[in-house]
Amino acid sequence: MGFIDELLSSVVGREVSPGEVVVVDVDVVYAHDGTAPLVVDVVERELSLEKLEAACRTYFFIDHLAPAPHVAAASVHGKMREFCRKHGIRLYDVGNGICHQVVVDEGIVRSGMVVMGADSHTPTVGALGVYALGVGSTDAAIAMAYGKQWVRVPPTVKVTLTGRPEPGVMSKDVILNVIGELGTDGTMGKVVEFHGSTLKFFSMDSRFTLTNMSVEMGSESAVIPVDELTEQWIKARGLTLHRLIDYNPSKSPFVDEIVFEVGDMEPVVAAPPDVDNVVAVSEIEGEEVDQVFIGSCTNGRLEDIEVAARILRGGRVSKGVRCIISPASRLVYTEALKRGYLRTLAEAGCIIAPPTCGPCVGGHMGILAEGEVAIATTNRNFPGRMGHRDSKVYLASPATAAATALKGSLTDPREYLRGWWT
Amino acid sequence: MIRGKCWKLEDNVSTDHIISGKYKFGAIDSLDAMVPHVLEEVIPDFYKKVRKGDVIVAGRNFGKGSSREQAPRLLKMVGVSAVVAKSFSHIFFRNAINVGLLVVVAQKVPDVSETGDTVEVDPEGGVVRNVTKGVEETVNALPSEVTAILKAGGIVEYIKNHGAPPWLKGTE
Repeated sequence: MGFIDELLSSVVGREVSPGEVVVVDVDVVYAHDGTAPLVVDVVERELSLEKLEAACRTYFFIDHLAPAPHVAAASVHGKMREFCRKHGIRLYDVGNGICHQVVVDEGIVRSGMVVMGADSHTPTVGALGVYALGVGSTDAAIAMAYGKQWVRVPPTVKVTLTGRPEPGVMSKDVILNVIGELGTDGTMGKVVEFHGSTLKFFSMDSRFTLTNMSVEMGSESAVIPVDELTEQWIKARGLTLHRLIDYNPSKSPFVDEIVFEVGDMEPVVAAPPDVDNVVAVSEIEGEEVDQVFIGSCTNGRLEDIEVAARILRGGRVSKGVRCIISPASRLVYTEALKRGYLRTLAEAGCIIAPPTCGPCVGGHMGILAEGEVAIATTNRNFPGRMGHRDSKVYLASPATAAATALKGSLTDPREYLRGWWT
Repeated sequence: MIRGKCWKLEDNVSTDHIISGKYKFGAIDSLDAMVPHVLEEVIPDFYKKVRKGDVIVAGRNFGKGSSREQAPRLLKMVGVSAVVAKSFSHIFFRNAINVGLLVVVAQKVPDVSETGDTVEVDPEGGVVRNVTKGVEETVNALPSEVTAILKAGGIVEYIKNHGAPPWLKGTE
C-alpha cells in the first residue's frame, strides 16, 4: 500500500487495494477559465441543475487568460463570475494567481485530502500528502454536483532520490533527469511516491515542482508523504492537517522502485519536441533564444523568483531577448516585491507580468512567432505549445532560464551560483 | 459495431496536438470556432478530410498532456467514432467516456494499420479488426458501467435518463 492507497482506505473506511474502483467524497474540487466554461455548460445547459451538492467545496480560478486578452476570454470570465454568484462558489478572480498555487497559499488544500482539479497539473498539490487527481470538465462538474466521484485505486511506484544536489541543480533539473530516464509514459497508469535523502534539501517550493512535473511521465498522480518539513510548513502558515494518515512505507509493496543518484546530476533542459528529450545544458550551450519565461505552476514560486533575481542582480538581460517574469500567485508576487526581487529583475530589464498561465499555454502575454526560440520554466514543450507551430521551447530551471537571459543563449547557471546555495 | 476508415497516428499524440492551446484559448467561448483547428498540426485540414464514422488508430500514450475536454469533444464533433490506441492518458480516457467517444486499447491493430484502411470495432464482443490487412485482435471488454455510459452517448445523457451516474447507486 502506497501513501495514496492508505489515504483512500482511510477515506472509504476499509482497506482498498490497487486496481479497485471506489467512490469517494471529494474534499476540494476546482476549475479554471480553460476548463470552467465546459463545467458551466454541463451544469447549466446539459444537466440543468439548480443546486450543486459540493458548492462549498468548489473553487473557481481565473488564471489562464488573466487579465482577459480578448472578448472571448472576457465573456467566459463574465460567465464564471455569474455562475459563482448563483451557486455560492468561491471565485479567485484575475490577479489572485494560478490555481495550484493559490489552493496551497490559501490553505484550501490541506494534507490528507482527496482533491480533483480540472487541470492536468493538479497533482502539484500532492507534495503536501494529498491525493490529487487531474480530471476533465465533466468529471469536475459531476464532483461539484454530487460531492462524489469514482476513482481507481492506483498502483504506486516508489522513486527514491538520494544525495545532495550540486549548487545550481534545482528540483526542476532533478525531475527532468528522471523524466529523461523513464520517458513520457514511464509511469503511466501509476502514481509516483517520492522518498530519499534528497528531499531533506528541498523546500516545499522545490517539492511542488517534483510532483507537478511527474504528470509529464504519465503518472496519474504524485505524492510526497508528510514529513517534518511538511509539518513545519503547515505550522508556519497557521494551518492544520485535514486527515492524519498512519503510513509506514517500509511495509509498502510498491509495483516498482527506482533509485536516482542526485549528486551526479547536472542542470538540464528538455529540448523540443517532448519533455523526455533531456540534454545537459553544458552540451547544448550557445543555442540562442528570443524569449525567456520564468513562471507557471511548475516554477513560479518565491524560491524561483529569488534565484532569478540572484543571477540577474546588477546585470542586464541580453539585447534582443525578452525576459518575462510571472510570480505564480499574489502571495508570491507581494513577497517577491517586499524582498526586492521584482525591483532587481525590473532593473535588469525583465518584464514583470501578473500571475498567469498565459505564456505556457500559448494563451497570451508572450506568444512565439515562427522560428522563435524560448527557454521556459514551464512543463510542456510540444510543437506550437507557446505559439507558432515552428517555434521552439526548451524547458529548464529558473536558474538556467535566468543565466540564459543574461547571455542570450542557453547557459549553465552553476558559474553564477557558486558559494550561494543553501 | 463500428466500421470506418482509419486515420493512423503515431505515439504520444497530446491534447495540444488535438486542439492547440493558442486556438482553444483564442476561441474559449465557442467549441464550433475550434473545429477548423482539430489535429491541424498533425493532419492539415483534418476537419474537412474526416468522414463521419472514421476511426483514429494510434500508438502509445494517446491524449497525453492537458486535461482539456475540448479534445475528445471536438474529435466526436468532426465525426470520429472511436479511437483505438496502444495506451491512453488517464484523463483523456475518462473524458472520452464522459463525452461518449469510444476508446479501445489494442496492440496488434495499431502496429499494422495505415491511413485509409477499413477498421472495425466491436466493443461488446471485445474485438478490433483491420479488415484491409486481415488482422483481428481480442481486446478487454469495457466494464458494464462504461458500456452503459457510451451507449447513452455520454455521462450527461446517462444522468438525464437515469437520474444519477451509474456508480452512485448504493453509495448514498
